[in-house]
Amino acid sequence: MSSEGINQAALDPGLTVRMLRTLGLVATLSGLLVVLSYRVTLPIIEENKRLAIERALFKVIPGAATRQDFVVTDQGIQKASEELEGITLYAGYDQDGRLKGVALEAAAAGYQDVIRILYGYDPYCQCIRGIEVLKMTETPGIGDKIAKDPVFLENFVALEARVDVSGQGLEHEIVPVKRGTKTQPWQIDSISGATISSNAVARMLNDSAQQMAPIILKDIAILEAGA
Amino acid sequence: MPGLPDTTEKVSLDTFLRGLWEENPVFVMLLGMCPVLAVSNTAINALAMGLASTFVLVASNTLVSLMRHFIPKQVRIATYIIIIATFVTMVDYAIQAISLDLYNALGAFIQLIVVNCMILGRAEAYASKQPLGATIINGVGIGAGFTLALLSLGVVREILGMGSLFGIPLFGDSFQPWVVMILPPGGFFVLGAWLLVFAWVKQYREQRLDQQEVPQHDS
Repeated sequence: MSSEGINQAALDPGLTVRMLRTLGLVATLSGLLVVLSYRVTLPIIEENKRLAIERALFKVIPGAATRQDFVVTDQGIQKASEELEGITLYAGYDQDGRLKGVALEAAAAGYQDVIRILYGYDPYCQCIRGIEVLKMTETPGIGDKIAKDPVFLENFVALEARVDVSGQGLEHEIVPVKRGTKTQPWQIDSISGATISSNAVARMLNDSAQQMAPIILKDIAILEAGA
Repeated sequence: MPGLPDTTEKVSLDTFLRGLWEENPVFVMLLGMCPVLAVSNTAINALAMGLASTFVLVASNTLVSLMRHFIPKQVRIATYIIIIATFVTMVDYAIQAISLDLYNALGAFIQLIVVNCMILGRAEAYASKQPLGATIINGVGIGAGFTLALLSLGVVREILGMGSLFGIPLFGDSFQPWVVMILPPGGFFVLGAWLLVFAWVKQYREQRLDQQEVPQHDS
C-alpha cells in the first residue's frame, strides 16, 4: 500500500471500516467455500487413495485378494489402528485367508527427486515379488523406465532377500549390476542409461528389506492370523 | 485503474473472441508462461491445466465484478488474491477427487494458478471495471484462448516426444520418440515455433490488408 493510502486512512475513518468490512467479508466467504469443497471431496479423495494403494498392493503381492493393515511398533507388529504410529505394512491374503505376502513402502533419492515405491515381500520364499512405483519425477523416457521396462521388472519376480542366521539383516545385500551381468538371485539387472534411477531402486529395497525382513519373519504368526 | 470512471464496454461476440486471438494470453500477451512451459508435456495435462485455470479465471472474475463497487482500491490486490486462492483451493480438491494420477502429474502447478498473472491481470484490468455479463464472457474467451494455447503445445509435444495423443499410441513400436520434446527444453522449442507461426500469420494478414487498401487510396 502506498503512503498516500495510509494517509487517507488516517484522515478518513470510514475508509478503515470499509477496508475491514471488505476483507472480512471476502475472507469469510473464502473460508466457507474452502470448507465446503473440502467436506464434499474428502470421502471421494480418501476412496481414490485407498483404490490407488490397493491397485498397487494386488500388483506386488501375486494372488492377493484381501488386505489387512499392520503397524510396526516397538513391541513388534500390531494391527493398525488410529492411535498406533510407525511403519505401515499391508498384508495380502488369498481367497481362503492364507497370507500371500506383505507390501511395504520404500523410498530413496533418485535422479531428480525422491522415488517412492511399494514392494511385495513373500516371507515363505524370502524374496521380493514385485515393485510398483508410487511417485517419481525421473526423466521421462530415461529414468522413468524403472516403472515399465520389462527386463528391469523381471528382476522382481523373485528377488532374493533371505534373512541371515543372526536374524538381524539380509544374508546378501541387494545390489545393482550392469545390464546382462546378473548371476545371483539377489542382484538387480540395471537399466543402461538409467543407472542412477536403477541404483536408487536397489538401494531403497536393500535398506528397507535389511530392516523389515527380520521383523516380518519374527512376527509372521501375527500376520498369518490377521485375515 | 480503479477509481477512474467505469468505461463499461458493450458485450459483443468480440468480447469472447478477443481472448482466443487478438488478446490470446499465451501467444500474444505472453502471460502465464510457467504452467504453459511446465505442464504442456502431454495433451491430457495441458487440457486439465487449461480447464482448471479457466474455472479459476471465470469464477474469480465473477466475484470481483460483483464486488467491484465495494472493494476499496487500497486493499484491492489483497482481496483479489484471497478470491483467486479460494477458487484454486477448490480446484485442487476437485482434481484430487477426479484423478490422483492427474493430480500427481500436474504437481505444484495447480496451486501455482494463484500467482498466474493472467488471472490477476484480468481481475485488475477488466473484471474490476466491467459488469458481470461482459466479465464472464471475456473470462470464458480468455480461458478458452489459454486452454487452446496449452493444448496446441501439449499435442505437438506428446506426438513428437511420446508418439501418442491423449495417451493413445499413434505409431508402431518402431517409432523412436524424440524425448527432448517432453523435457523442459521441448516446451521452449514448441512455444518458440508457435510464436513464429502466429507472428508469420499476423504479418501475412497485415500485408494482405495493406495491398487491399492501396488501390482504394489511388482511385
